[in-house]
Amino acid sequence: MSDTVLSPGDAPPGRLAVRKTYKLYIGGAFPRSESGRSYVVTDHKGGFLANAALASRKDARDAVVAARKAFAGWSAATAYNRGQVLYRVAELLEGRRAQFTAEVRAAEGLGARQAEAVVDAAIDRWVWYAGWADKIAQVRGASNPVAGPFFNFSLPEPTGVVAVIAPEASSLLGFVSVVAPAVVTGNTVVVLASERYPLPAVSLTEVLATSDVPGGVINVLTGRTAEVAPWLASHMDVNAIDLTGAPDDLADDLAVAAADNLKRVLRPAAEDGVAEDWTQPPGLKRMLAYLETKTVWHPTGT
Amino acid sequence: MGKFEYAPAPESRSIVSLRESYGLFINGEFASSADGRAFKTISPATEEVLAEVAEAGPVDVDRAVAAARRAYERTWSVLPAKERGKYLFRIARIIQERSRELAVLESLDNGKPIRESRDVDIPLVAAHFFYHAGWADKLEYAGYGPAPRPLGVAGQVIPWNFPLLMLAWKIAPALACGNTVVLKPAETTPLTALTFAEICQQADLPPGVVNILTGAGDTGKALVTHPGIDKVAFTGSTEVGKEIARECAPTRKKVTLELGGKAANIVFEDAPVDQAVEGIVNGIFFNQGHVCCAGSRLLVQESVYDQVLASLQNRLKTLRLGDPLDKNTDVGAINSAAQLARIRELSEVGEAEGAQRWSPPCELPVKGFWFPPTVFTGVSQAHRIAREEIFGPVLSVLTFRTPAEAVEKANNTPYGLSAGVWSDKGSRILWMASRLRAGVVWANTFNKFDPSSPFGGYKESGYGREGGRHGLEAYLDV
Amino acid sequence: MSAPVDIRAGAGSSLREFLHGLPGVDQVGAEARAAMLASRSIKTTAKQWALDMAISMIDLTTLEGQDTPGKVRAICAKAKRPDPADPTAPQVAAVCVYPDLAHLAAAEVKGTGIHVASVATAFPSGRTSLEVKLADAKYAIEAGADEVDMVIDRGAFLAGDYQLVYDEIAAVREVVEDAAHLKVILETGELVTLDNVRRASWLAMLAGADFIKTSTGKVSPAATLPVTLVMLEAVRDFRATHGRQVGVKPAGGIRTAKDAIRYLVLVNETAGEDWLDPDWFRIGASSLLNDLLMQRTKLATGRYSGPDYFTLD
Repeated sequence: MSDTVLSPGDAPPGRLAVRKTYKLYIGGAFPRSESGRSYVVTDHKGGFLANAALASRKDARDAVVAARKAFAGWSAATAYNRGQVLYRVAELLEGRRAQFTAEVRAAEGLGARQAEAVVDAAIDRWVWYAGWADKIAQVRGASNPVAGPFFNFSLPEPTGVVAVIAPEASSLLGFVSVVAPAVVTGNTVVVLASERYPLPAVSLTEVLATSDVPGGVINVLTGRTAEVAPWLASHMDVNAIDLTGAPDDLADDLAVAAADNLKRVLRPAAEDGVAEDWTQPPGLKRMLAYLETKTVWHPTGT
Repeated sequence: MGKFEYAPAPESRSIVSLRESYGLFINGEFASSADGRAFKTISPATEEVLAEVAEAGPVDVDRAVAAARRAYERTWSVLPAKERGKYLFRIARIIQERSRELAVLESLDNGKPIRESRDVDIPLVAAHFFYHAGWADKLEYAGYGPAPRPLGVAGQVIPWNFPLLMLAWKIAPALACGNTVVLKPAETTPLTALTFAEICQQADLPPGVVNILTGAGDTGKALVTHPGIDKVAFTGSTEVGKEIARECAPTRKKVTLELGGKAANIVFEDAPVDQAVEGIVNGIFFNQGHVCCAGSRLLVQESVYDQVLASLQNRLKTLRLGDPLDKNTDVGAINSAAQLARIRELSEVGEAEGAQRWSPPCELPVKGFWFPPTVFTGVSQAHRIAREEIFGPVLSVLTFRTPAEAVEKANNTPYGLSAGVWSDKGSRILWMASRLRAGVVWANTFNKFDPSSPFGGYKESGYGREGGRHGLEAYLDV
Repeated sequence: MSAPVDIRAGAGSSLREFLHGLPGVDQVGAEARAAMLASRSIKTTAKQWALDMAISMIDLTTLEGQDTPGKVRAICAKAKRPDPADPTAPQVAAVCVYPDLAHLAAAEVKGTGIHVASVATAFPSGRTSLEVKLADAKYAIEAGADEVDMVIDRGAFLAGDYQLVYDEIAAVREVVEDAAHLKVILETGELVTLDNVRRASWLAMLAGADFIKTSTGKVSPAATLPVTLVMLEAVRDFRATHGRQVGVKPAGGIRTAKDAIRYLVLVNETAGEDWLDPDWFRIGASSLLNDLLMQRTKLATGRYSGPDYFTLD
């Protein structure tokens, strides 16, 4: 952000920066909130960064519709294709390394070296997940030796539309770590970005829009967690919900609401107050959380 | 002169810039062989000389193995796994970027139709690197324990039928698992391997991780018997495979072999006939029959013999044989004079044994090595053409009466690489699949390959698998 | 135009047994074969021949509720002279209209050799009584159509009442007699599976169709390469077993010259060159014609052309 704050009587600055407008990302397009509202996002020192869109329950509803619409195509794509598409996102992220480093610094107040390390980790995390697309079936699927003349096999399949409450503190690495595992296996997502640090996630949506990720596969809302999350948790057309970014007491309520259609619920394993360490190897948990297992029987005989 | 004659539709050669001579690729650089020996590679469609290629001798093999060892110890096994993976992703991307060039070069050097190198070979090459790139940092999930280690330096010898694809099948998993390689492409098809070496340079692959030694049988032998390699991977004839197994027996080298086949393509009376005919044609005439897993024995249920044969003969009349660089060519050139001689010899044997020979009318070009698609009927298991691998566009047709008989006949061979089953009945397909002694069973399809799908043989078709989670085992110390 | 083959011994059951006994179609294999043939590269002289052949095979079609005499006159003028700037461009095979406009079309193309195809039998849905359908067909003939494109009862087909479908086709065949050739529209988009396409093709041919046609153009998907592949295999096999040649018409969704040429390749390598003739292969289309003319012009002049240089009818 190349502008200086002027004091009265100061000479005018040189070139003025053309500031970005931060909108929602739904169905591959960038609408403002249908409520017309926004909220102030500050940097780590409390200075003004931007007005982010303040998503309403109707935006959440529209996002779920978009995610549902995109599910059939995305889950039917070959695993190879999904892996390629996600790898392409990593290529574009790499190209914007400097931009994201600046965004993360401004949001979280990290030093230059630290911010770079976070961005590198986020890109590498995305690549790691991209490489899972065409392997998870081999690790999670099985041919089962049933006691009879039957061919029997189990396959993992994506559950459908996944709502994600992104981590509050880790605006890029944490965001990537909760979104990528859901979509690599064919699910589509509606993500509620960090309330305090939403901007890196919104910049990520620009990367998604210019990559080959079909519209509606990833939808990103910015706004108040306590306002929007309950609408996602209670939505009957959402198949799973990740409560990572919700504070404990809210998370309890969300989990209760989610039980109405038996959503698959992912709650962070970390203890109260201790945030998850996103630099650690993620394991399979976040992919498995959104996979159903289908087992098929077929007789063998002439 | 038919009503609708397809005019020539040549793919342009100009995308390839052939050098006059190519060196060996050792330690990240191209260099002549130590004793200066070289050989020529020609286009089997026109017999023109394409380029001169260095011939690696024992000194060069030593140098390459040493380079691979140094790169393994100092660089490749030390590099974090995710960085290894990213090199392979880069290579996959560059292959995609240069895909047209690679396809044209492959067709020029090998003789296969451009449509196949463009639509089948090269896309699969990129896919193999893509798939294996993702395994590099996930080996703890592959089912081989929490921290499987690589073997070290792999010596790899590949055949001429799918030059760049065979290279991908060898190099991608080896590198993903953390090994370094010395690879020898076939003497009649070195050019795409040498271009691959350039691609390694473009990807900034650390020197010595991949080394390419061009040469013939002697070079291959020197490589697989070299004491400095930990792992031998060979794809080629069963005869040579057995030699390698003998040579390596007293050593501690790990060996995998992918050898010949004489696959049965089994068509039942309830098969989807039109698609089965396509499967038969694809099974033996794709790549001019130069396919280890070719469906070279058609086992057709006697009750539908007339119908299937009539359909097949009708279909063969639309096969287009000719210039590999013409986009409409279905059947290209035989890879070498030597291979052509073998195909001719065995076809004469077939006639002498009393089988009936038929080919669709076919105009063969004057220059180059050509053989028309050929079908032998009245063949039985006792015939040599039903037992020996011809490795050309020659189909032997036998009949069977029951599923059990089909299984018996299909398995009655020292080979066991692949098999095809055509039926509309699911349980019959699965029953057959469970009884066929073959490493790959294709049901209602044929010649389908994927980097995630393990490929390899039973019995004298070799041991070990390539592709998929199972294929990683060959390059891990497990 | 010969009498339908009668295999009605035992009423519907032997027809059902016959149709269900036809070899299955493996969808993946059929689509792969169609895709491989679509990758053929047709250039220069071959392209020239194919473009002209495709134009001569077009049934130039207008089947809209809002069709007026003016619209029909315009389409007939285009049929006679497709390219205003080039009189060497061939005429199309036929114009295709609703029966109440058939008399006008017949008058406009009289003496040119261009056929008049009229849809009939409650096109496009086919959902009415047999009486009404037969009256519709009769009306089309009296209006001067020399080709009738009828629709089958897809509901009856999907419910397994093959005999009803057969009887309806045979009845229309009788009404039409020698006055016109009969195209039977299968509406493959509603039949969905390739097995159904194969069965419906055989059923129509046994009942006396002169042509089997993929679609009304009012349902998506309309014509596709895999569906047409299966129909071409059916006519090939029918001629081999019954000695009668039946034509094929893909209709709807064929918009570009590239598409049209793909269909010709399909015919060439499946049924064979006996079908490469407007008497045995037609393409139901409207906007396709201009793309064919544009490609034709590019081959002749070496320059890419634009829509301003071709007429909208």
